[in-house]
Formats: sequence, structure tokens, C-alpha cells
Amino acid sequence: MAATEPASAAAAAPGIAGARIGVITFPGTLDDRDAVRAVRLAGAEAVSLWHADESLQDVDAVVLPGGFSYGDYLRAGAISRFAPAMSAVVDAAKGGMPVLGICNGFQVLTEAHLLPGSMVKNDHLHFVCREQSLIVENARTAWTNEFRRGQQITIPLKNQDGQFVADERTLDELEGEGRVVFRYDGWNPNGSRRDIAGISNERGNVVGLMPHPEHAVEAGFGPASAEGPRAGVDGLTFFTSVLSSLVHA
Amino acid sequence: MGRVVVEVMPKPEILDPQGKAVVGALPRLGFTQFSGVRQGKRFELEVDGEVTPEILAAAREAAATLLSNPVIEDVVSVSDAAAVPGEATGTPVSA
Repeated sequence: MAATEPASAAAAAPGIAGARIGVITFPGTLDDRDAVRAVRLAGAEAVSLWHADESLQDVDAVVLPGGFSYGDYLRAGAISRFAPAMSAVVDAAKGGMPVLGICNGFQVLTEAHLLPGSMVKNDHLHFVCREQSLIVENARTAWTNEFRRGQQITIPLKNQDGQFVADERTLDELEGEGRVVFRYDGWNPNGSRRDIAGISNERGNVVGLMPHPEHAVEAGFGPASAEGPRAGVDGLTFFTSVLSSLVHA
Repeated sequence: MGRVVVEVMPKPEILDPQGKAVVGALPRLGFTQFSGVRQGKRFELEVDGEVTPEILAAAREAAATLLSNPVIEDVVSVSDAAAVPGEATGTPVSA
């Protein structure tokens, strides 16, 4: 029945109906289904894309999800970067299409040179899995425009190769151009330079971060928040932000 | 059959957590002589024929584009195994 259809998302954000967001699956990707779910909960249509396909099926934005593509055997993200779908992503990103790289997806974006720097093993050598507090440093990107600058958010973090590194000149450029999008708050969980958790390209359409917004999109299944245990949905704002940027593009 | 050996090391300015783990374990076995360890990677690229200058050039390109990430790693050598003493057979060096 039309009256009881789950139309809340469309009603909450008129004009976004029909937005299509692709989620690429590589061999070894783990979080593609969660990313697809996050896209749907934000009110858009999720399009599953396969790494070996050259076509992005005319999607409006792309998410590179987390996991261990190709086992991370060479370096995290190193082999995925040469997947046929990535050539299309690189071209589309240069044309302004919003691209979000989460965890392993962030590593793929650095290997593809869409974002600077790289990730090496956590300084303490352990895998970390925790609810991570972040500060939003840039609320103007395609994926963060519904946050406030300086806003504290909490989303899950889980990685082994999460230490963001770049040379000092690159780090100064990122800071100077406002391209540090997220910084770790309270504790730096992996030794990342200057507490950097996520960055963007010059244009702000490409964003990469180590923590996982797609795991904090539905009350009851997210991190703890002021509303209660597992109530945190800060990750959903990434996906509503990109819909908002598509409407105003 | 020819073989090209490519060696890749973490850049000196990048902290090498793997090397750090190894250097921490050495004293527990009585090896107290070693103050630092850096862990790198060695690739052996096999070719059907001889290792020609063209093959070496291709190996250098592969080393720079896929086998290493210049942000965190240096390619320290690309060599024809046959031209390096002791490398031709790939026999492990015994203690």
C-alpha cells in the first residue's frame, strides 16, 4: 500500500529520488553490503558494481568499501587500483563525481593517486576495532556538507594498516588547503600523522577515511551515542550529504 | 629461464612497524647484537628466455608502478639474477 511504503527518506529529502550510488566490490571486499544498506537508508538507489566491469552504469556517485581487496598481499589497495572499474572511477572523479573511499577503499584511492599519502601498519602493530570519536574539520565536501565544522562524531574503526603517512610538505598542503576532513579525537588509534583520519582532493568530491560510516547508519546497530547503546547514526550523514550535494550540483 | 630480482624497502623516514616487531623479538632469542631491523620485500620475476635490457627496463617500470609505492617505499635494486654471484640458482644460503 502506497500510504505505508517506507517513503520517509524520500519525504525527508525531496528531490533526491532517483539518485543512484554505486558500491564497488573487489575480491576480498567485506563491507559492500553494509555500504549498499547505508545508501538505501539515506534514500538513494544502491547499484552494486563489480571490479572487473569497465562501466559504472551511469551512477551519480561511487563508494569504495572496506575489506582486504586481493588479500592486501602486495600493499593494501595496490592491486585493486588497476581493476577495470578503477579506470572509470579515476576518470569520473576527475570530472567531479563524488567518490568516497572507506578503509581499504581509502587505501585504493591513495594507490590510484586520487588522494595523496599512503597507509602503513598501525604503529602499535595490533588490529584495532573500536568506536572512534572524530572531529569534522571540513564540512564543505560532497560527503560532509550536512555536518558542522568542529562537530564531534562517533563511528566504528577497524583496521591493521591504518597509519596515514605523507611527507611534511604534503601534510602542510593538506592542512593549508583545508583538505584534512576528519581528525581522530581523544586518542590516535594507529599513529596517523597529525591525527589525520580522512582527507579530500582539492575539489572536495573525493573523500577517503579509515573509520567506517556505513556501520553507523541505523539505530540499534551502531556505536553508543547520547541516545543510548548502539543508537549512533552519525555515519548516515555521509550518505545524506552526498545526496544533498547531488541535488545542488 | 631467466630471473629478475626486485628489492623494495620502506623509505628511511617511514617508521617500519614490522622491523620494529622483529627487533623486539631478537633479544629474547639471545641476539643482542642488533640494534635495528628494517623489513623489505624481494620479488623474483621469471621470464622464459634470457634477461635482456628490454626485460630489465620492463621490470624497472613494473617495480615503480605496481611492486612499490613511492610514497612509502624505495626500489633499491632491479637486477638480472644470472649477473649476481650466488643468485643464478636461487639456492638458499645455509648457515
